[in-house]
Order: sequence, then structure tokens, then C-alpha cells
Amino acid sequence: MSTVLAVLESRSGSLRKVSLEVIAAARQLADAMGGTVDALLCAESAVAGSDALGAAGADRVWLATHPAFALYSPDGQAATVAAAAASHAAVVFAASATGRDLAPRVAARLGVSCATDVTALAVEGGTVIATRPVYAGKALQRVQLSGSPALVSVRPNTFAAVSVARAGTVESFAVPSFEARVVVSEVKAPPSAALDVAEAPVVISGGRGLKEPQHFALLESLAAAFGNAAVGASRAVVDAGWRDHGAQVGQTGKTVSPGLYIAVGISGAIQHLAGMRTAKVIVAINRDKDAPIFKVADYGIVGDLFEILPRLTEEVRKARAEH
Amino acid sequence: MRIAVCLKRVPDTTTSIVIAADGKSISEAGVKFVANPYDEYAIEEALKLRDAAGSGEVVVVSLGADQAQETIRTALAMGADRGVLLQATGASDALEAARAIAAELKDGGFDLVLCGKVSVDDYHHQVGVMVAELLGWPCITAVVALKLDGTTATAEREIEGGVEVSSCQLPAVITCDKGLNTPRLPALKGIMAAKKKPLELKPTTLGPGTTTVLSLTPPAERKPGRIVGEGVEAVPELIQLLKTEAKVL
Ligand SMILES: Cc1cc2nc3c(=O)[nH]c(=O)nc-3n(C[C@H](O)[C@H](O)[C@H](O)COP(=O)(O)OP(=O)(O)OC[C@H]3O[C@@H](n4cnc5c(N)ncnc54)[C@H](O)[C@@H]3O)c2cc1C
Ligand SMILES: Nc1ncnc2c1ncn2[C@@H]1O[C@H](COP(=O)(O)O)[C@@H](O)[C@H]1O
Repeated sequence: MSTVLAVLESRSGSLRKVSLEVIAAARQLADAMGGTVDALLCAESAVAGSDALGAAGADRVWLATHPAFALYSPDGQAATVAAAAASHAAVVFAASATGRDLAPRVAARLGVSCATDVTALAVEGGTVIATRPVYAGKALQRVQLSGSPALVSVRPNTFAAVSVARAGTVESFAVPSFEARVVVSEVKAPPSAALDVAEAPVVISGGRGLKEPQHFALLESLAAAFGNAAVGASRAVVDAGWRDHGAQVGQTGKTVSPGLYIAVGISGAIQHLAGMRTAKVIVAINRDKDAPIFKVADYGIVGDLFEILPRLTEEVRKARAEH
Repeated sequence: MRIAVCLKRVPDTTTSIVIAADGKSISEAGVKFVANPYDEYAIEEALKLRDAAGSGEVVVVSLGADQAQETIRTALAMGADRGVLLQATGASDALEAARAIAAELKDGGFDLVLCGKVSVDDYHHQVGVMVAELLGWPCITAVVALKLDGTTATAEREIEGGVEVSSCQLPAVITCDKGLNTPRLPALKGIMAAKKKPLELKPTTLGPGTTTVLSLTPPAERKPGRIVGEGVEAVPELIQLLKTEAKVL
């Protein structure tokens, strides 16, 4: 059967944004295969907005509730997704912290490999073809999935949420019995409930050019002016202890594909580029006109970031106020 | 404490990638190969745990070409006790790689298997978890802090906007993220000692797998960017471009 399973994510009773992108990718596959989309949500109880997912492209919504799903339950959710996946031609996960953990568990149980961190999908001759960045973003691989079902995980911010009219009928899905070998006991929130760089629509990253950790306040202000921005960092400043590792962008940090990426005082080393070259628009601010970051930047300003940032923040605030 | 570390030989990320004539793989000529950076965190953690336990063994297992012996030797030079190379080429399917590795580890009597969270060439984020599933062991992924208390492992992993704390019983598979530790550099003495440490070669046959690479191409070139201007005077024009041309503001 040509149905596609979209594996959604929620936290504390609300749907995560990436879930809409997962449905969009599943919708694309289903349309190419002439099938339908089932969206599966594992949660402790009802999730706000789960009855409105028809508009995002789901023909049917399966709600699998279990007390263990208050937090992520690797074994429980793997068992549930594997059970749900059995009747599907393809399964789409998010390449998020949870999806990256969950997809290979399900894949192993179903005896297939997953094409992870996919940035484009196609169906040719009935089989799924996935495009994914490899070699730290230095090459694109097209891979054919011959297993059944075909498993993919999609990179956040690459498949735009769609707006269509589907039924989105909510049904409950029975959670199979499972042994919870890994138990998640708590989620410690960071000091600020900031947006995560991997998923924010705008990412503003700082590097060694900021000179001192407290100067990141300049980036925090710019992020606040945008309102939907996260502050990222180069490895140099993470290793120096200025910023948390969770904010590091690059080959040994996070891979980000925001609509807008602003690199401030970052030279643009190949390992940094690996993490952000798929951003839709890149802006670089650097006082060295030969800095490699300018080679990938759509727009660059050569100059002293300490002069440029306050003005930029002011202008962004004004532009935002016009909306 | 018996610990296995899964170590993959990968191209150094600073080297540029040239696509081979088959259009599906990279040309290895002139490419420098290193240990997968995340696997170095796994080695370091294994050495620390073994030494804290006061006894035990760290076994490095790698699946790949014969040249991976060199990569294993660097791990032995860091302090691992012995190595196993599962000799095979073309191990690009994650589940097939995991099957070969799990088969090697199954009867090894290990308390813990440490992997990297991801290999920087194939970027699967899968093999460690799959090894755990095949062994029927618990697995915690992308770990930035790990504590062992008897047979209970407690770990922290970074998720979007938070840190997830989880625990499981040994034997388990843990995949390591940056931030877990700082890998040591091999000392000269270690390099000498590594030459005498056992390194077993095992010819390995991989199944066909369910993923077939059709092509490998350079990423789409970003369209040439431009310098909008110099200094603070360039800000208004940048704002204008972000509004009207890029439409992101
Ligand atoms: C295996 C490996 C993995 C790595 N992984 C990562 C990774 O994930 N992410 C990552 O970022 N790096 C990574 N690196 C490190 C990478 O190679 C670089 O060392 C690092 O990105 C440099 O950080 P930076 O740009 O902040 O610092 P620098 O290279 O020192 O650049 C600072 C820049 O600031 C500019 N500047 C200085 N003062 C000002 C000013 N007043 N106004 C404007 N501009 C100014 C300078 O012109 C310079 O271009 C990795 C390296 C290795 C070997
Ligand atoms: N060929 C291999 N040999 C040994 N270990 C591997 C191999 N491939 C993957 N691994 C392990 O699995 C981790 C995740 O790899 P991957 O799933 O390819 O991203 C790596 O960091 C290694 O620890």
C-alpha cells in the first residue's frame, strides 16, 4: 500500500514545528506514489493542534498515548513506530535530536537502513530516491531505497510546511507492549528558554572576532530584534568556554539550514561552513575582506563588528516594527 | 571493565573532495584519512573508564579497508589494548555495517560499547544504535556526559532547547558527542608501544543492504555573493537587500 507514515514530535503537549515539515515531506512522497499520509504522534495525552493536521497534509492522524511518553521513550516510541510502519511504503522522521535517536532503532527493527538528514526527495519507478549531504556538506549523495518500508529523516528547515485540505481524522493508535531499557528521567532546560540553532528561522553566530564572551550580548540584542533568531557560535569560542556546545555550528556542532544566517567575526573555516552552507541566505560581517566566509556569503559587510552591530540591530528593530 | 570502541577511518575534513570516475564515490588519491572525530571521544571515554575501574580492556573495532589498520594503531597509541579490523570495502549501508560489527561484538563479553554519534563522511547517525538493537542492548545517543554507578549508566544528551537525562543498565551502547571529554594526543611512548599491541585482521563479507548510492555530486555552488559595502554606512543597504531581494526581513 502506498501510504506514507509521518513520525511527528511534540513536547509538553504541543506540537514541534518540525512536525509540519515532516508531514510536508510525507505529503510529497505520498502524492508522487498516489498514496495517503498517516501522521503518528506519540504523547502522554492529547496534543494541542493534532486535530488540525489535515490542513498540513495529513489524511489521518494516529495518536498513540502512553504515560511513558511524557518524556521521550526510546524503546516505547521505537516499538510504536515500528508497529505503525509495518503497513506503510515509506516512513518520514525529522532529523532532530529525537528523530536521529529514533529512526535507526526503528530501521534496525524493520531490517532496513534509513536515509538520514535528507534535503530532497523523489520517487522514481516506484522507489524513493533521497538526496543528502555527505562528507561534511562537500558532496551530495543520491541514494535509492530498496527496502520496505523506505525510511528517511528530513533536515529541519528544508521542507516547507504546506497548506492543503485533507481530512486529518484523529484516531487512537494502540501502543504495543515494550520494555523500557532506556529511561529518560528529566529534561533540564538551559538558563534561557532560547530557540535552538538547529531549528530557528534566523541564526546569528559569533566567532573569535567578538574578542570577549560578554560581547555576545551584541548578538543577543540582534537576535531579540529579529524575534525569531537563535545565537550560534564557532568552535573556537565554544572551545574557549564562551558559549555552550549546544550553540556550536559546524562539522562537530550542529548543521543548520535557517532562512537567514548571519556570521559575525567568523573566518569561515571549512568545518564551520559544513554546518551552515545550506542556509537560504548568508550574511557575513568581518573586518578582513579576504576572509573565506565572504565566498559563501550572499551579502557581506567588511568592517568592525563593534561599529556595525548596534546600527544593524537598530535597523532590524525598525524594519520589524513596520510589519 | 571490558569496553569496545567502534572506530571508523574517514577522510580528514580539511581535505577537499574529488569525485571518482564512477560518479558515486570519492577519489582517495591524496586524501588524508583520520579517525572519525566523534570516535576519538569514544576512545578517550573508554580509556578513562578502564583506568578508573583499575582493570579491564579497551578493544578497538573497525570495519573498513586495510588502511584502517593505521587508524586503529593511533587508537592503540592513545592507550587502547588491542584492535580488530573487519576487512571489507564499500561499507556504506548503515545496517550492513552494524550487522558486521554486532556479529564481532556479540560474544566478546563487553560491558560497554562506545561509538561516535555520527561518522563525518556518511553522516548516518545510525550504526551505533543499530549495533545496540542487533545485540538487544539499551542505547543512549549523542552523549555529552556519562556516569557509571555499578551497572547503571546515566547520561546527558543535548536536545533542542535542553538537556535530556537518561539511564540504562549495562551492557549498553553509548554514542559520544563533542563535549564529553577532551581526547588525549598519543605520546611517543604510546606510539612505540602501539606497534607491539595485537591487531587482528578478519575478512568480512557485507550483505547488499537496502540503500544504493546512485550518484555523488558537488553541492550546488552558492551563487556568487557580494560585498555590500564597508563599515556602518553599508547597513541601510544591507537592510534594503534583506527586505526586497532576499525577502527575509
Ligand atoms: C576536526 C575539526 C572539527 C571542527 N569543527 C568545527 C565546527 O564544528 N565549527 C566551527 O566553527 N569550527 C570547527 N573547527 C574549527 C575551525 O577549523 C576553525 O578553527 C574555527 O571555525 C575558527 O573560529 P572563528 O571563525 O571564530 O575564529 P577565527 O578563525 O580566529 O576568525 C575570527 C574572525 O573574526 C574576524 N574579526 C576579528 N575582529 C573583528 C572585528 N572587530 N570585526 C569584524 N571581524 C573581526 C577576523 O577577521 C577573523 O576572520 C573544527 C576543526 C577541526 C580540525
Ligand atoms: N565502518 C565502521 N567501522 C567502525 N565503526 C563504525 C563504522 N561505521 C560507523 N561506525 C561507528 O558508528 C558511529 C556512527 O556512524 P554512522 O552511523 O555512520 O554515522 C561511528 O562514530 C562509529 O563509532
